[in-house]
Amino acid sequence: MKIDTNLNDMLNAVEVAADWVGIREVYEAHTPRMIRDGVPVENGRHSTHGIMVEVLVDGQFGYYGTPDISKEGVARASKNAFNQAKKASKYALHSFTSEVRPKSVGNYKSPFLKDVRDVTAKELNVLLLEAYKHLKVSDKIVSASSLASTIETNFHFISSNGSDIGQQFLMIEFDLSATAVDGSNQQTRTFGGMRGTCRQAGMEFLDQMEILSQANKIGEQAVELLTADETPTGEMDLVIASDQMMLQIHESIGHALEVDRILGDERNYAGWSFVKLEDFGNLQYGSEHMNITFDPTVSSEFASYAYDDGGLKAEREHLIKDGVLVRGLGGMESQVRSGINGVANFRSSSWNRAPIDRMANINLEPGDSSFNEIISNVDRGVYVESNRSWSIDDYRNKFQFGCEYGKLIENGKLTKTIKNPNYRGISNPFWNSLKMVGNKDTFGIYGTPNCGKGEPNQVIRVGHASPVCLFSNVQVFGGA
Amino acid sequence: MESQFKSLSKKLFSLLSKDEVLTASFTGEESQFIRYNNAKIRQTGLVDDSSIGLKMIANNRTCNGSFTLSGDENIDLLRGRAEIDRMRIESKEILEDPYIVMPSGSGSSHELKTANGLDFDDAVDAIMPIVQGVDFVGILSNGKMYRGNSNSLGQEHWFETESFCLDYSLVSKNHQMVKGTFAGTDWEQNKYENYLKLSKQKLKMMELKPVSVDTGEYRTWFEPAAVSDFIDMFSWNGISEASIRQGCSGFGKMRHDGVRLSPHFSVSEDFSSGMVPKFNSNGEVSPSLIPIIKSGELKNTLISSRTASEYNAETNYAETGEYLRSPKMDSGSLSQENILKEIDNGLYLSNIHYLNWSDNPGGRITGLTRYACFWVNNGEIEGPINTMRFDDTFYKYLGENLVHVGKETEYIPNTSTYGNRELGGTICPGILANSFALTL
Repeated sequence: MKIDTNLNDMLNAVEVAADWVGIREVYEAHTPRMIRDGVPVENGRHSTHGIMVEVLVDGQFGYYGTPDISKEGVARASKNAFNQAKKASKYALHSFTSEVRPKSVGNYKSPFLKDVRDVTAKELNVLLLEAYKHLKVSDKIVSASSLASTIETNFHFISSNGSDIGQQFLMIEFDLSATAVDGSNQQTRTFGGMRGTCRQAGMEFLDQMEILSQANKIGEQAVELLTADETPTGEMDLVIASDQMMLQIHESIGHALEVDRILGDERNYAGWSFVKLEDFGNLQYGSEHMNITFDPTVSSEFASYAYDDGGLKAEREHLIKDGVLVRGLGGMESQVRSGINGVANFRSSSWNRAPIDRMANINLEPGDSSFNEIISNVDRGVYVESNRSWSIDDYRNKFQFGCEYGKLIENGKLTKTIKNPNYRGISNPFWNSLKMVGNKDTFGIYGTPNCGKGEPNQVIRVGHASPVCLFSNVQVFGGA
Repeated sequence: MESQFKSLSKKLFSLLSKDEVLTASFTGEESQFIRYNNAKIRQTGLVDDSSIGLKMIANNRTCNGSFTLSGDENIDLLRGRAEIDRMRIESKEILEDPYIVMPSGSGSSHELKTANGLDFDDAVDAIMPIVQGVDFVGILSNGKMYRGNSNSLGQEHWFETESFCLDYSLVSKNHQMVKGTFAGTDWEQNKYENYLKLSKQKLKMMELKPVSVDTGEYRTWFEPAAVSDFIDMFSWNGISEASIRQGCSGFGKMRHDGVRLSPHFSVSEDFSSGMVPKFNSNGEVSPSLIPIIKSGELKNTLISSRTASEYNAETNYAETGEYLRSPKMDSGSLSQENILKEIDNGLYLSNIHYLNWSDNPGGRITGLTRYACFWVNNGEIEGPINTMRFDDTFYKYLGENLVHVGKETEYIPNTSTYGNRELGGTICPGILANSFALTL
C-alpha cells in the first residue's frame, strides 16, 4: 500500500541554505507470478517507497535517499545531503548550476485499457498453468515455466525552482520458457529471449499475445533443436530477428553512446566507449541504412516517459542519421560537461540511487525491405532469433552473442533449423556491414528489465524496437 | 535496526491465525557512496534503506511479499498488516504448492561486528589527497549493513557489520588501467596510502610498450581476481541442484558423465571467514563447510530445501537461488616469485570482464581481458596486451590444462551494490593453465 505524502510540505521542511533543492519520491510495487513444471514458484508483491532529497551547494550536488517520509526525516536528509555536498565541493569534477535541473511541470500516465486489479491472482495462476501445459509438448521437455509480472510505479518530483512532475507507469513483463534435454544436449527456447517481452501496458497485453499457441510453438521448437544440425562456422551473411536486434542495439549502440561513459565516469565499472566526443557529427557509425532514435514517445514501449529524473522534457531525437553519429545519450549534466547535444535520459533505478545517463527507448527505424526480400538476397547465411548469451568489451567494441534458434539460408531460402547459433564482431565495422533493413511488417517492440550500470549499481528498464536486419560477412559459429 | 525489526515482526506474528506460518527477513544499510572520476568527486550522497521480506504459508500455499521500512512503526505496521491481509486472500486463490518449505528449528543466532570504520564526515579528506595527480576513478561504499530473520515459530537471527570498500581504477595517459579494491572494517590511513602507492607503481608497468596478441591458444596465468570471476559463474546455471535437474547447468557433464576437473582444483562453500551470515532467507543455517569440488571431483551441489523437497534430495540449506555465498578455493604450491618463470611465454591476466556462458552444457565461457593484462616473454613481462576476447570451456582450463595453483590466496570482496550493498566475497588463489583460447 502507498502511504500518502505531501511533497510541498516536505520541501518546506528543508532548512539548509542550498542553491537548489529537489525531492524525488518513488513508490513501486512489483507483482511477479510464475509457474514452473506445473506448480507455483512465485506469487509475490514487492513494494518500495522512499524519497531522494538532492541539494546543490557550491556547484556540487549531494543526495540523501531515505524511506523516512516524515517532515523531520526530510529536514534531517537535507542537512546530511548539504554536508556531503559541502565537503565534496572542493574536489568537484564540475561546478554545476541549477540550469541542469530545468523547471518543468507536467504529468505522464502509461497507456492501458485493463487495470491490474481487473485480473485476479487466481485467473493469472490458471492462465500460467495452462501456458505451462502447452509448453510441455513432449517428455523431452524436462522443465518449462511461464511468468507474468506487473510493475506499478508512481514518480513525483518537485524542486525549489518550481518543477512539479507526476508520472505513473504500468508495466508488464511476460515470458515462456521450455528446456528440452536428450543426453548432454540441452536446448532452451523462450518468448523473445532474456525476458525481452516487456511493455508499458495493462492486462489487455496478456490477451493480445496468443499465449497458448506461442507456448506450443516454443515447446515444439525446443524439442526440434535437439535434433537440429550444429550451426556452421565461417564468415557469412547474418539475418537477425527483432528480438535479437534488441540486444545488438542495446550493447553496441546504446551503451556506447552514453555520454557519461564517454566522459569516463564508468571506467571503473561498465567501462569506457570507443566513441569520442569529437565523433559526434562526424563518425560513420554504420551504413546509410542505419537510423537510430531515442524515442520516449512510442506508445506502449517499455521506457516511454515525459520527463527524465532531472526534470528535462523527453522528446524523440535521432542519435544516428543515415549512418552518421549526430547526438549523444547525455542528460543535462553530461550536456554541460561535454558540450554535446543530448537527450532527456538522466534516470535512476529508484529513490535510493542518484540519476545518471541511461538508455530509454533506443530504436532502429524501419527500412523498406520485406522479410522475404531480405532472405532472397542471401546465397549462404543464417537467420537467428532470441538472445541467450551476451558479452562485449569495456570499450563496446568486441562483442559475442549467442541465440536460441537459427535457420540456414541457402540460395535465397530458409532451409534447415540449426542449433547453438553464435556470432561475433566489432561494433563499428559490424554496423557498417548493415546491408538491408526490414520494413514495418518486420518491426518488433521489445525491451529489457535488467540493464545494469553505475556506481552504486543500478538496474533499469529500457525499450528497444527494431525491424529484421541483414548484415554481411559476419563471423558465425556453433557450440562446443 | 535490530529492535525495529524484532518489534515489528513480533507484532506481525501476533496477527496470524493458528494455521498460518510467517517468516520475516530483513535487509538494511546506512551507506555512504562517493563516486570519483579523474581524481575529482562526481557524485556524493548517503542512503538509508531497509526492507522486510515476508513468506506466508497458509492453506497449502506459499505467498511472498516485501515492503520498505520507514522507521515509523505505525506506518510500517500498517504496511505489514496490508501485506498479511493480501497474502491471506491470495492463499485462497492461487494454486496449491506441493513443495512447501516450513521453517525448521535450526536455532537462533546473533552476530554483531563492530568496527573503527571510516566516519562519513572524514571520507573526503581521507581518500582524496593521495590520489591527486593521477587519473583515479571509482567508488567508495561505506557504512553499516544488517541482515535478520525471524519466524512465527520463535526463531531469530541477526547479523550486523560495518565495512568500507574503495573500488577504483588508475588510468594511464595511454588509457591502460590498473584495478584496486581497498576494503575492510577498521580504517587505517597509512595502510590505505600504502595500498594506493602500490597501485601507482603498478600503473607505471602499464606504460611499457603495448604488445599486440593474435587470436590463438596461450599458456595463461590468472590472478585471484580473474579466478574469482570464473568461480562467480558457478553461481549462474552452474552448481545449483535445481539448474542441473532442469537442464540448464554447465555442470551436467560432471554429474551425468562423471567428468572430472583437475586434481589441483578444489572449491568449497566455507562460512568460517564469518563475512556473511550462515542463515538464509528461510532462517535455515548452513553447515560451516560444504565441499563442492574436491580434487576435481564434484562432491556436492547447492541444494535449497525447496529443491530437496521437489527432487527428493537432501538439503544443505542453500539460499533459494542456490548460489555460492562464501566460496573458498584451496591454494596450491606455485609461489608468487615463480609465476613469471612458470608462464615462460604466454599471458598474465590480472582481471577478466563481462563473462557469459557461450555454450552452457559444454562449460564454455566467453569474456574479455581487462586492466593489467600482460604478455610474458621468456619469463619476463614484455608489455600490456590489447583487449582480447576469450571463449573456452572450464572443463579444459580448470581440467586437463590446469597445471598450477598459486600458493597464496586473496580475499576478493563482493563489490555489488544492485539494490543494496552485498556482503562477503571469494577467497581464492591464482591459477596457471597450459592453454587458454583467445578468439577475437
